[in-house]
Amino acid sequence: MIELIARHAIGKPVAGEALVAHDGFSARYDLDRVAGKFSRPTHKLAGQSYVGKILVLDTAKGGVASAWMLREMSSRGVIPLALVFNSVNPILAQGAAFGGVTMLAGFDGEITAQVATGARVEIDPARRVLRIL
Amino acid sequence: MFAGGLGRAAQIAIEHQVQVGDFFGAEDFVPVTQAHIMADTESLGEEGVRWLESLASEDGGGARVRVPTITDPRGTDFAKTAVLKQPAKFLELERRTIEAFRKLGVSMTDTCINYQTIQAPTRGESVAFGDTGVVIYSNSICGARSNYEGGPSALAAGLTGRTPRYGFHLDAQRRATLRLRADWTPRTLNEWGALGGVVGRLAGNYWAVPVIEGLEGAPGSDAMKHFGAAMASFGSVAMFHLVGVTPEAARLQDVDGDLLPVAHRIGEAEIRALTASYAKDEEIDVVVFSAPQLSIYELRSLAALCAGRRFVRPLLAVTSPQVKPDADRFGYTQAIEGAGGHVLSGMCFYQSYAREIAEANGWKRLATNSTKLVNILGGYGYVPMLASMEQCVEAAEKGRLA
Repeated sequence: MIELIARHAIGKPVAGEALVAHDGFSARYDLDRVAGKFSRPTHKLAGQSYVGKILVLDTAKGGVASAWMLREMSSRGVIPLALVFNSVNPILAQGAAFGGVTMLAGFDGEITAQVATGARVEIDPARRVLRIL
Repeated sequence: MFAGGLGRAAQIAIEHQVQVGDFFGAEDFVPVTQAHIMADTESLGEEGVRWLESLASEDGGGARVRVPTITDPRGTDFAKTAVLKQPAKFLELERRTIEAFRKLGVSMTDTCINYQTIQAPTRGESVAFGDTGVVIYSNSICGARSNYEGGPSALAAGLTGRTPRYGFHLDAQRRATLRLRADWTPRTLNEWGALGGVVGRLAGNYWAVPVIEGLEGAPGSDAMKHFGAAMASFGSVAMFHLVGVTPEAARLQDVDGDLLPVAHRIGEAEIRALTASYAKDEEIDVVVFSAPQLSIYELRSLAALCAGRRFVRPLLAVTSPQVKPDADRFGYTQAIEGAGGHVLSGMCFYQSYAREIAEANGWKRLATNSTKLVNILGGYGYVPMLASMEQCVEAAEKGRLA
């Protein structure tokens, strides 16, 4: 088991399967929020479902819509289990607070290189810990 | 406020702000003079609208914002719904949202160019603005202080009159982190947007502050609007400095730019390459001028280009409710609509159920002079193409983008 410590954390403890890419994240720009898939053709996860996954990505991109959208996605159950980033902008922090979504950000080293797609991952926001099982 | 002594709505707002402030390690709050809320109903959904209605009913329906609080574009122009063909259920969400905001005392300005039309903030003024283009312009061109405040946080700031002190409210965050040199100065708005896109990609994240040397002359407000909006869209960037132009960077050393190496030189070829990367087809289905909303000067230019033409493809020009009456009075609306176009007010194209209106109208191949818009619309299933205003108008007339 490997433990990685984040500088920023919010939300409840979760455990699940990681979906990883060194790419950005914007709920408006990148997602088909009805189908629950990445829809931007140039995104490295294009066509893949994010529902119930622990998304591990580089950083937040784009606009402010994600602040509303995470709660809306959560209300329909078409949402990632958690979000993990190298860095985030305020919008995703605000969206996670508003939508009750678990999120970690800010690690020593490149987080998308330390977690592999398909890995089982635990997140403990109170301790700001990500565990690769 | 946190204990509920000033009402439940203010308590909900401050609880949200404390969560966000804790996440970023904010030590305290900073008072804000105005707030600006992005809240299109595509983003809110039924869940967000219900939450807003619930908030507006708190405190016996007496909850009100404490500082002037205004809105970003809505998701439709109710006078043009027949053109857009948006589903009726979405329009009902819009009506409910507007009603809830009015109950809370929010002024429905419906604009993303409030710095051109409502009241530009001044240097050092702390605000809570909620549109990336508005924030980057206010921080960079006005010297004001704002983080990206998403809809719930901007509304919270309106209700509490303050926001957590982190990010661009702090002097240290406003120093340059990336030094760039431009070897070519754009001339048109789409070129300024493309340069903003290139800088945004190079900067790459919210906490980066690019300082750019080498640009000639003094770019106008519309140029900086497209430049900043594209930079924010491509890179999530919230602030830039132009040496000798923006107020905090009279000299390179004023923002510690002299301590940085020149990380990259940007030439005309890079700007042309970004534009060319969107040139996917010659045929077009629709022309859109939006994102940001057009100023009165942009509408003046567009109206002049429409003279004597007859469009074979829809042309939509989107502006603010403050600009539209002037465009009507000056004859710009008549000139554009006389050629077969439409001038829409108080909305933004990509915030107006872009996927659904594409399906309803058969729009896929879209020409625009907005670099921000081409960056966004790919995710909505469009094939967006970037061109000058002149080329876009010609495309509406001929059905092809030259």
